[in-house]
Amino acid sequence: MASLKELKGRINSVKSTQKITKAKQMVAAAKLRKAQAAAEAARPYAQRLAAVMASLASRVTVSESSPRLLAGTGSDQRHLLVVANSDKGLAGAFNANIVRAALAKAASLRAQGKTVKFYLIGRKGRPVIRRAYPNDIVKNFETMHVRQAGFTEAEQVAAELTAMYTDGEFDVAHLFYSKFRSALLQEPTEQQIIPVPAPTAAVEETTGGAVVEYEPDEETILADLLPRYLRIQLFGALLENAASEQGASMTAMDNATRNAGELINKLTIQYNRSRQAAITTELIEIIAGAEAL
Amino acid sequence: MLHFELVTPARLVRSEDVYMVVVPGSEGEEGVLEGHAPYMTTMRNGALKIYRTENAAPEEIQVEGGFAELGRDGLTVLAEHVAEG
Repeated sequence: MASLKELKGRINSVKSTQKITKAKQMVAAAKLRKAQAAAEAARPYAQRLAAVMASLASRVTVSESSPRLLAGTGSDQRHLLVVANSDKGLAGAFNANIVRAALAKAASLRAQGKTVKFYLIGRKGRPVIRRAYPNDIVKNFETMHVRQAGFTEAEQVAAELTAMYTDGEFDVAHLFYSKFRSALLQEPTEQQIIPVPAPTAAVEETTGGAVVEYEPDEETILADLLPRYLRIQLFGALLENAASEQGASMTAMDNATRNAGELINKLTIQYNRSRQAAITTELIEIIAGAEAL
Repeated sequence: MLHFELVTPARLVRSEDVYMVVVPGSEGEEGVLEGHAPYMTTMRNGALKIYRTENAAPEEIQVEGGFAELGRDGLTVLAEHVAEG
């Protein structure tokens, strides 16, 4: 049985842990609101661009001469998995879920005899993937120096991916991130980003059926928009990831705070019992002493 | 009046009714008024000129990586970078 002093120490240490988890929960809640607002603000642009892309794609037939970002390299042998993680932990299974989805995909691609490489964004996924595929990590993209990965980072990643694609280093790129459903639910998601899948979103009829003039022609505009579409996909994923991270963190810290509370109650009961037992023993000793006289 | 929207990946910069917008299209500048035929164009990096009323001095917004779409709902400019000056 632990001594009273030990129990008291443990109660205090659990109490300070609870304070930390509670603080982190509140910070995550505040950051979540911000991240959600950012994700919402990015939506109009993404929707417009997707609508334009869809209407263009329906007019242009994919052929040999189409831009490579759309038509692909003609092979699907080499795959690049772009895995977006966060830089900080304390977010429950958030990073683990994304990494697990990526590793599962990698394993299934390997089983089909394809080559798989990794492009990692953020710090948290690295050790796990490095353990499984020590020689297949092409690049670790740093996001530590910025507070929140934003459009600048999306642009950099997109530029690097496009350069690698043009140099023929891979045929297909998949993006792994976590989609934000609610503070309680984040969905690890896989999405093909290169070759750009033609958006199939319902073509928004903004023109009222009138003939649209394209300046220059459709193909040129499409070729021009493809890299932008890639950037906005990455940007969107980063924003979703940021919101998911905060959501996951909030839930995890809420649980941790509750667990700490339960532990404190249990330890307090144990402490009171031991104290009572000590008092009883002392009384018995005194009474026994008095009777002996 | 022409409904004009300027959107960047991060936010909706402008959404307002204006008299005319001069778009620096990749094939030349184009003044867009209400009732213009629907069209789409990529844009040069340059200044977007917005005339709130017919005789007002234009407001210029520097736009990079732009794309303009003119449809029934008005003119929408998608731009990756915007510098208001």
